[in-house]
Amino acid sequence: MQYVIVGNSAAAIGAVESIRNYDTENPILVISDEPYHTYSRPLISYYLTGLRDEESMMYRPKDFYDKYKVETMLGRRVEAVVTEKKQLKLDNQEVISYDKLLIATGGKPFLPPIEGATGPDIYNFIKLDDAKDLKEVAQPGKSAVVIGGGLIGLKVAEGLLKNEVAVTVVDLAPQLLNSILDATGADIVRKCLEKQGMEFHLGTTAKTIQNFGERKIVGLADGKEVATDFVVVAVGVVPNKHLVEDTDIKVNRGIVTDESMGTSVEGIFAAGDVAENHDILFGQNRVIPILPNAYEQGQVAGANMAGQKSVYPGGFAKNAIGFFGLSMVTAGITTAPDETFQEYSSQPAEDRYLKVVIKEGKLVGFVRINAVDRSGILTGLLMQQKDVTDLIPQLISEEIGLINLPQDLRKARLKGDAVQ
Amino acid sequence: MKKIYAQEKYCIGCRLCEVYCSAVHSEYPNDLVKAFNRSKIVPTPRVKVEEDRPLSFAMQCRHCDEPHCLKACITGAMYRDEESGAILNDAERCVGCWTCIVACPYGGIFRDESKSKVVAKCDYCLDQGDPACVKNCPNGALIIEEGGE
Repeated sequence: MQYVIVGNSAAAIGAVESIRNYDTENPILVISDEPYHTYSRPLISYYLTGLRDEESMMYRPKDFYDKYKVETMLGRRVEAVVTEKKQLKLDNQEVISYDKLLIATGGKPFLPPIEGATGPDIYNFIKLDDAKDLKEVAQPGKSAVVIGGGLIGLKVAEGLLKNEVAVTVVDLAPQLLNSILDATGADIVRKCLEKQGMEFHLGTTAKTIQNFGERKIVGLADGKEVATDFVVVAVGVVPNKHLVEDTDIKVNRGIVTDESMGTSVEGIFAAGDVAENHDILFGQNRVIPILPNAYEQGQVAGANMAGQKSVYPGGFAKNAIGFFGLSMVTAGITTAPDETFQEYSSQPAEDRYLKVVIKEGKLVGFVRINAVDRSGILTGLLMQQKDVTDLIPQLISEEIGLINLPQDLRKARLKGDAVQ
Repeated sequence: MKKIYAQEKYCIGCRLCEVYCSAVHSEYPNDLVKAFNRSKIVPTPRVKVEEDRPLSFAMQCRHCDEPHCLKACITGAMYRDEESGAILNDAERCVGCWTCIVACPYGGIFRDESKSKVVAKCDYCLDQGDPACVKNCPNGALIIEEGGE
């Protein structure tokens, strides 16, 4: 039995750790196009600001592959899967056979149609190599345009600003952090970043990037032009699914997976940012590109690859993020999509805001800005989908505790392992 | 695996568990007075007393079999100690992103105010014998045992 995992980040590591819970003997091969020991992708923003170096951003200790008896092929790209032969074709023409395969190739940058958006001094911010390239050019006194005001865009913008680069952020949406935050919360973030000197062009988009001597000019849809030294395209990630194209593996936005994280082809699994699975709040399949889900999906896939019956219960978005000391957590649906949802919030202050979104009495989303403590109690309620109608005042207070929960839920949580 | 359980009916909300937890995780683990008087910033207790009279109880990490925090940790700082089975946080690797705090349904992980950007959580006082909160509870409201009530 040969296990092969394509990818070397959270989902891959989750699978390795899980396989070895059940199967300590059969070989595991990890193949990744990145030449590095497994590292934490989210830490690239810490690398950019100098808070972490290559050594200290490793996702698992140095002896990980030895300890888990994993063979690696790092710096090798898988070009295609040949499902009928159970083989992988590598970029050096080598052919690798597998019995159980996990595709954990993650995401790749979404590149919007911008004229002139290729060539030198145009960067992305997904991988360690991207951060290394940016660290080189992020010299004090330089200027940057970041296209995209989401999680990746704002983390790179913050990192550049901390390197004393003048930063302008452009986003098509009228608000920042569109995918994880409501308009009120986003406004607090924008004001915080503006105070640090960041500039914004929101509700418009970059149309063209023209070279102008050593510099560039970014032309916006609203007619404005921004001169800059370099550009970071950080509009978002899309599933990196090239290796399943032209196969019988079913693909929608991401690789379609079932509750075992299995794809439509027997013996082939997918997990992490490349996979789509059930979103328990939206009630439909979605790609939720966050690290905790990737690890958990990888764990479930690994168990099933090793012959267990493990079920992925579905996921939802949850994020913890901070900018210049403003820290926040958000989860689920943060803006009511229609009148079947209700919103309740605290009075927004300059640096504090708490909000919940409720549907049919159940918690489906929350925002807590500078009120991070014990926020997981809300995450638990969101997972359990119990009626919280009587708890709403507590849910938007800073002082949430288990004591606020109904007795049965409280007792269960005090015992532990109550929320799966 | 043994876990610490709160017995609501015996807890009087005195918060001595919090006090001893802070002390034992300070530079002066065996000296309450020095821990509070000499520490620049007293460590955040890793146990939290919740109180709404007449109900009170003390709550700390559940050291779950399926730990949400460990799965969610973006750096790999959160790990299971192989010997004890406890879920521990490696402060060197923790960046204080707070993802574990939003992941933990028990509210058992805290921001450590004595260090910059690191979380604090129950470590069973592994290097101190029995947990300080259990040892010092004056009313036997915290017990360490298999299974719980």
